[in-house]
Parts: sequence; C-alpha cells; structure tokens
Amino acid sequence: MSQDTTSAPPPTAAAKLVFGSRFAAAARRRRTIETRWKALPRPLRALFVLVLVGFIYLLPSLHLPIIPTSSDFTALLAIIIVPYVLVALGLNVVVGMAGLLDLGYVGFYAVGAYSLAILTSQHATVPWLISIPLSVGISMLAGLLLGAPTLRLRGDYLAIVTLGFGEIIRLLAKSSDWMGAQSGIGNIKSPPNLGPIKFSGTIQERNTAFYYLAVTFVIVVFFFLRRLESSRVGRSWTAIREDEDAAEHMGVPTFKFKLWAFAIGAGIGGLAGTLYASNVRFINPDNFQLKLSILFLAAVVFGGPGNMVGVVFGAVAVSYLPERLRFLNTTRYFWFGVVLMVMMVFRPQGLLPRKLQQRIKPRDSVMPAFIDVSEGDPDREGGPHGTATA
Amino acid sequence: MQKSKIGRLAATTLALALVVASCGSDTKEPAGTTADSTASSTADTTGAAAGVKCDGVTIGFLGALSGDAGALGDNAANGAQIAIDEFNAANPDCKVSIDKQDSQGDPAQATPLATTLANNASIIALIGPVFSGESKATMPTFETAGLPVISPSATNAQLTTNGWKMFHRVLANDDKQGPGIVQLIKGTIKSAKVGVIDDASDYGKGLAVSVRAGLAELDIADATIDPKAADYSAAVTAMKDAGVDTVFYSGYYAEAAKLLAQLRDAGVTATFVSGDGALDEKFVTGAGAAADGAYITATASPPDVNVDFAKKYNAAYGDEPGLYSPEAYDATQIILAGIAAGKVTRADMAAFIEAYDAPGITKQLKFDVTGEPEGSAVFYTIVEAGKLVSKGLVP
Amino acid sequence: MATLSFGGFLTFAGFLSRFWPSTITGLVLGAVYALVALGYTLVYGVLRLINFANSEVFMLSAFGSFLAIEVLNVPQRLTGGGDPVKTGWELIGILALCLVVSVVIGGLSAVVVERVAYRPLRQRNAPRLVFLISAIGASFAISEAVGEWGPQQRDEYALTKFFKKQQLFKVFGADVYNANVIVVVGAAVMALALVLFVSKSRVGRGIRAVAQDAETAKLMGVNVDRIILITFLVGGLMAGGAAFLYEIHTPFARYDVGFSIGIKAFTAAVLGGIGNVRGALLGGVLLGLIESWGSSLFGSDQNIGNVAAFVTLVLVLMVRPSGLLGESLGRSKA
Repeated sequence: MSQDTTSAPPPTAAAKLVFGSRFAAAARRRRTIETRWKALPRPLRALFVLVLVGFIYLLPSLHLPIIPTSSDFTALLAIIIVPYVLVALGLNVVVGMAGLLDLGYVGFYAVGAYSLAILTSQHATVPWLISIPLSVGISMLAGLLLGAPTLRLRGDYLAIVTLGFGEIIRLLAKSSDWMGAQSGIGNIKSPPNLGPIKFSGTIQERNTAFYYLAVTFVIVVFFFLRRLESSRVGRSWTAIREDEDAAEHMGVPTFKFKLWAFAIGAGIGGLAGTLYASNVRFINPDNFQLKLSILFLAAVVFGGPGNMVGVVFGAVAVSYLPERLRFLNTTRYFWFGVVLMVMMVFRPQGLLPRKLQQRIKPRDSVMPAFIDVSEGDPDREGGPHGTATA
Repeated sequence: MQKSKIGRLAATTLALALVVASCGSDTKEPAGTTADSTASSTADTTGAAAGVKCDGVTIGFLGALSGDAGALGDNAANGAQIAIDEFNAANPDCKVSIDKQDSQGDPAQATPLATTLANNASIIALIGPVFSGESKATMPTFETAGLPVISPSATNAQLTTNGWKMFHRVLANDDKQGPGIVQLIKGTIKSAKVGVIDDASDYGKGLAVSVRAGLAELDIADATIDPKAADYSAAVTAMKDAGVDTVFYSGYYAEAAKLLAQLRDAGVTATFVSGDGALDEKFVTGAGAAADGAYITATASPPDVNVDFAKKYNAAYGDEPGLYSPEAYDATQIILAGIAAGKVTRADMAAFIEAYDAPGITKQLKFDVTGEPEGSAVFYTIVEAGKLVSKGLVP
Repeated sequence: MATLSFGGFLTFAGFLSRFWPSTITGLVLGAVYALVALGYTLVYGVLRLINFANSEVFMLSAFGSFLAIEVLNVPQRLTGGGDPVKTGWELIGILALCLVVSVVIGGLSAVVVERVAYRPLRQRNAPRLVFLISAIGASFAISEAVGEWGPQQRDEYALTKFFKKQQLFKVFGADVYNANVIVVVGAAVMALALVLFVSKSRVGRGIRAVAQDAETAKLMGVNVDRIILITFLVGGLMAGGAAFLYEIHTPFARYDVGFSIGIKAFTAAVLGGIGNVRGALLGGVLLGLIESWGSSLFGSDQNIGNVAAFVTLVLVLMVRPSGLLGESLGRSKA
C-alpha cells in the first residue's frame, strides 16, 4: 500500500481510512484533548511526558491517599497492575490494532511464564537475562505456530480457536509432569541486582525493583508500539481491521501482517508472563485460567481498543477495581460484573476511543460492526454482516 | 454528539470517582480485618500477666475466607480467634490482635497480601497460609521477612523440602497420610482390589501418588477427574470395568460427594474411602444416603477432639468446630505462649517456636528442623446414618 | 502408574469394554451440549454475537428446576414419604411440570439478559466486541449473585434422591439407564421441535429473514426487535430444557455450573458451523462423544477428554474454516 495513489477517489472504507480520513477527522477533532495536545509546542510535550514518567516511577513512594488497598500497594502494582498493563498493550495489538478477536491470550502469558520457569528452575539454570529473550522468543514462536494454520479463519472462528489454544496450554501444563503438573514450578529465578535496585533485598526493595522493571518494560513496549502504529505495518493493520477483503484487494499482504500482529502480541504477552513468574517465583496451571483471558479482553475493551493510552487506563481499572472493591468482600466480583455492563452501556467505545475512527454510523442497521462503528455498506457482499465475517 | 459524549464520559468518571471516594475513608484499616476492636493498641504497658510489653502485638492470618473453599479458612480463623480472645480475657494488660487477610485460596491474590502482612512490623507471627498452593507462592516472602508461620492445614509434602526456616505446621503431611490410608485399606477394610481416583489438584495428585505407591499391586484401576466438570462417567466406568471392591478418592468434599453418588447410581458398590479433603459435613449432605459406610481419613484431629474446645467454639460461633479449627487453636496457643514469655520480635518468636514442646489439644506440639510436627498420627472417620463418627487412630 | 497422564493406553480388550459405556455417556453429554449450543447459534445467526451469558441462563434454569423439585417435594414422594407418587403417569406429570418451570425460567432470563445487556447497546450501535464484554459482565454478575445470595451460596446444590436411576437394557454389554434414555429422547424431541419451528413457522421465517439480511427484512416489514427478542427467548427455552435434562443425568448444580457447559456448547456450535441449527446439533453430539471417548479410552483422565475436544475443534476448522456444515441460519433449509 503506497502513499502515491491519491488521485482516484478511494473505493472502499479501508482505503478511505488510510488515505482520506485525516482531513475529515481534523475538523471534528478540533476541540478534543488530542488536538490540544498536538497543538502544544514540542519541548512542552516532552517535558510533560518526562514529568508523567517520573510520577509513574515514584508512584509507590508517594503514598497517595484514596488509592491504597488492603494488599500492599507496591506489591499490587508490581505483581498485578503493571503486568496487566503490559498484557493489555500486547492484546491490543491483536484485538485493537489488527481487529483479530483473541479469547485465549492467557495461553501466551502462560507460555512466557512456563518458558522462564523451565529454563531457570525446572530443567535448566539459564541466567535470567538470557532466559527473558528466549522466553519471549518461544512465546512469539507459539504465536506463529498457532497463527499460521488458523489466521485464515475469520472473526468468531478465530476467537474460539484461540480460546481452545489457551485451554490446551493450561491442560497440557496440568497433565504433564515435565511441566510440573498441578504442583507447578517453584524457585524461579529473579533478575540480577542493578546497583541500588535490589531484586534480592527486603520485600519492599524487591517489589519496588520489580515495579521499576515492569514499568520500564511497559514504557519500552509502549513507544515501540507507537512507532509501529504509525508505520506501514500499523496502517496495514488498520486496513485489515476495517475491511480485510478490501485491504487484500488493495495489495496489503493481509496474512503476513496478521501473522505479525499475532507474533508481536504473543511476544508481549509472554514478556508479561515472565515478569509475573520471576516475581512470584512459583507458578501452577491455576494461574492461567480462561477467566484471565476474559479479564484481559475486558481491560482492552474497557479502555478503548486501538487507543494505547486508553488501554493502559483500562488495564489499570480492571486490575485495580477488584482489589479496591475488597471491602465488599465476597460480593466484589458481582459488582465488578455490574460495573463492566454499565460501562459498556454508557461508554461502548471505551474510556478513550481510538483516534482514527470512522464516524459514519449505520443508523438503521441492527447489525453492530465487529469492533468499530463502521459503515453499513449495503452493497457489500454478505449483507450487513460483511464487516465481521465473510 | 460531541457534547453528549463528553457528558457521558464525565458521568462515568464521576461514578468511578464516587466508588473510589466512598471507600477512601476506611483505607487506614485493611478491609479484610475483622480484628477485635477492643484489642487494638491500648497504651497500657504495665502489669501484663507476665510483665510483658505487648501493646500493638499482632498475629497475622492468611487464607481463604471467601470463595469456593472459604469455609475451611473460616474454620481456622475462628479457632485462632478463640485462642486470642481467651488470652486477652486472661491478660487485660497485654492485648493481642489478629490481622486476617482473605486470599480466596488463590496463590496470585495471596502474594501481594503476604507482602502487606510481612511489611506490618507489628505482626510477629502468622497463622496460615491455609492451603498448600498459596503456601508455595507466599513462603519466599515470609522467609525474606523472617516472619515465622504456623500452618494449621497445608499438608503438601514438598512444603518442608525447600529449606524454609520460617515454615511450620501442626499436622502431618500427605506423605504420612498416604501410608495411613494404605494401612486402613489393607488392615481394616481388608480389600484386595482398589481403584484410585484423583482430581489432578496439588493436594489430590500428591496424596494419590503416595497411596498408589503404597498399594502397589492392589491398585488395579486409576482415573483422574476434572473437578470443574459435573459428570464423572469416565472414572465411574473405569472403576466398574475393573470390578474394584474399594474406591479411594483423593480430592475435596464437593467432588467426592458427586463422584460417590455417580458411582452408586452406576451400581458400583465398592467401599468408598477418601482423605481429609472430604472431611466435611457437606460431603454427607451432598452424597445423601450414598455416603453411609464411607471412610474418611485425616492427619488433622477430628473437630470434636477436645470437648472443652468444642464447647467454647459453640459458645462463640453457635456451631460445631470445623476441620482445622483445633489445629488453628493449637498453632495460636504456641504463638501466644511465646508472647507471654516476652518473645515479641520475629526472631525471638521464631526461636521460641523451634524449641517449643508442650501438649496441645490435638497432639504433643513439637517441630523438627524442617518444620514438620513430630509423629504421624492418621485419624479416621466413618459415615454412619448420615453422621461423621470419629473412630480414632488408624490401627 | 505414577505417570498416568499421557501414559496408560489400554489393551484392546480394555478399549472395547469401555467403548460402549463411554459412547452412551458421550451421547448424553452431547444431547445437552447440542441444546445449549442452539442458544448460541440462534443468537449468532441473527445478531452475529457470541451470547456469552447463555451459560448463566443454563445455570439459572438448573437452580429453578431444583427449587421446583423441592417445592413439589419430589424426592420425598418418590421414596414413599409425604404424599407418595402412585402412578407412572403422575411421575411423568411431575417431571413435565419441573421441565416446564426450568424452560420458562430459561426463556425469561434470556429475555431479561437481552433487555439489560444487549438492547441498550444495540440502540447505540455499539461495536460488536462491546456486546461481548457486556455479556461477560452480565455472566459474572449473574453467577456471582447466585453464588452469593442463592439457595446454597457457593456450595453444591444436590438432590441425589430426586431421580432413581434404573438399568433398562444393555447395548453391547454396556448398561443403559432410564436417565440416559430420558435425556437423549427429551433432547431429540426439543431439537426437532426447534428445527420445525425455524423452518416452518411464520416467526421462524422471520428469524431466518433477519439472519440472512436484517436491513432487507426490516424493509419487508419484519419487526426486527421482536424477532431478536423471540430468538433470545427460544435460545433460553432450549438452555432451560437442557438444564433440566442435565439434572436428571447428574443431580448437582453450583453457581459456576454454567461456565464449563457454556464453553463446551459454544465450541460445539462453532464445530458444527455457528449460525447453523443443524450444525449446532451435530457439533454438540460430536463434541460430547469426543470428550467422552477422550476421557475414557486413553487411560482415564478427564483432562485428556477436554484437550481432545479442543484439538478436534482446531483440526476441523483448519480443514473446514466455517465448521462442519458451514454457517448460514438464513440460507440453510432448516
């Protein structure tokens, strides 16, 4: 898909999106936070980002009012919240950017965690620093292995196959003595100390160190994905998401890019898994239940699929709320379900909607589009279901 | 359009803010705490029974207080509470409080909670963790913090093989229960054809492996069930097919009841034996008449092991003591004895527990270097006319 | 047999002696999966949505029929206590009444779910993924509410005496019980009724029209909202019937019973070709059989059965990307 074919009016939604929507969108977005942000001078923006990053790093030592939970806050951040953010960013590549519904993302999280556990404790003693890239590589490989035969499937078929994949990984881990079966794997290695950042110090030092590590991972992944999003790869994903057939006709190698989305998503999921495993030092198959995949997906949708800042907020909300709701004791998951429903009704596009969004709404259509509010094109083959499945 | 969206966003944000703010007020106290409010730090430091300074001294508790297995954690927490209430009544000048945290038995949830407990300097010892899985996940934290723990209930054999100095438990592990079960099947039930079914859980698989090894050639049929499923036909068929005369199930009470009912439905009349995971009234109510004649073993003492304790428990909670209540009571007594003896730092308490040797209500309480209790008593119980009747030690 | 996982292939004789019993179990499970799968497939057909909350409709019906059984005092009466059941017809009458209660609760709760979790979103033209999350939220809320405030909280709701299983006859040496026959026949009757309803009735034609092309159907005068509501209702009725039949097979229910059944039923619907009524029936029966064979024939490990079910799904979809019978509620003959 090249930039120089601008003359003829683009025939499809996908092409319109890639080529033309910037003009249409500009007027609409004049007053949004986004445009105000863009209007700020560059140094000011950089300063703001720096302050924000600094604030995030200092978060555990600030002891803000309101936010504490009955779980230790630093530990909660390091073990649950920040890994969730990482997972959500990874899943967002698959669901939000490329528009592939993945219901078994926990499978990649598990592959990452188990790879690290097997490499550093169960069957070998590979140093932590080498195990991490290896584990991420194995997760990406798992993504490719799952994606290659199944990415021809559309929409909900892909969803159920990925769901099956997540379950197969968990059940294999549960039945295989090589992977520790139900007893799980303990004594997983921690990262080496880095000056004052001690992974082997007191609990507080350890959790703080893990928090720094996790936040660093998140920031690196975030900016990596930002770059990717605005590159040819990102634009191709958008095209695939909006209309796969049209993208294919326009010359986007859809299969290749879908596979890339899967592999990158899997790698990030695996990275989050290694983070969890090396912090808690013990994993068993129960850490990787199907329910977790659903919560991951909820984080992405809650935040606004496709918008990385939104997804970060979504992940924080989904991981933080159940802890914050601890005072409700056993009823907290009930309320969590209610909050999910209410959120979806009042803010279906998530906390922060995707910025590149088509606003042409199918007013008369009863058919919701797959992820986005899309054009109800009556001419499209397959009737009103055309956007989602063939 | 834009306006209404912003309005909606504002409404949502406001709603979230309200949720957050409404619970902002009680953040000083951990939400799981049901600590006796009278037991909070009184400034009085003089004249404690043993002349000990113990204002603010707290005992931690970590285990499932809600969720699927919440009942077991409650049993233990109540047992511990009784011991503490007694101590506080006897020592008005030395009040000890308890900080209970609810892990729902989930290792992932337990880990940050363990950090909270470990960071609380006033906590000098911990009752729990209640389950084996969460013990594995949280012990590295307690180990680093030098916080001694006494589990009233975690029986996985591997727990004492990690070189953890802070881990102790007041009941024998699954590997010791295994031989007791084998002895029961061979000696008391006198069965020659045994089928062993497990639930693939940490506890169930561990115990099943030990029993299978002990039975050797007497074990003629094996099966594994998925506790989340409601239908166990595959396991039932395997038992029926092999013509076993005893079925040993290694798992928890809810599945034990379902499995037993399905075995009887299919016409399998073999004697049913299960481990301590099934020692619960709900096993009997769930399986109904099919439960009669079932054997259940446990390294934990029968809840009614001590009449005096049962009375106290009933007075406090209007109910009979449950599984692990006496163990939690004993574990708490050890720690309270340490406090009375002036051991109010973690290090002192750990040393005190190491050296402890005194009778409790369940057994003589004494630990070996790995934290295992001395002795390996296995008790058994038979269901008779819908009642759990303790039969004492396996002969 | 220390490493029983993955090991333990049986001898040929052992294989044969377990084949028929596990086939019967598979058919029973498959019948239940098929009925629940219908709920997924119908809603998917007209709305292209995974109705995630269908599993909780199943769970609510299971609890509803248990309550009915308790109110009618069935277990006591069967064992001669209370006001005993005298004739076979009376028993059938009572069972039919319980079935009706279960089915009605299923239908009603499905309609409520549509009203609360779906309709507001449809009116806002929300993206499809949002429906999924809303349904997941509803599913959480329903099952947690039953776990928290239901009759047994988080424990098993057990009515072991409610139905006395009796061996009727043998097939190749495998026992067939009255319960097995009731479940399979009951499910077949309900499925047949549904197939006729969708293919012959006026409303059924409306459902097919909306499934094929909602815009056109609307232009042709079909009340799309009403059809969607009816589709949920019918799916709920099927889940309710399935719940009652399942209870006859194993008389236990818990607040989370819907989850595992729901996942299997949804898998079955996809296996057969989601959106396709006959596909859901075929997929259900096949999945039940595969799961049961997987659990029984290679050692005896239920986890292997679950793995077998999902592996089959992946393999089938690789060969036939839209399921065994393809997806088309609208265009299929049924």
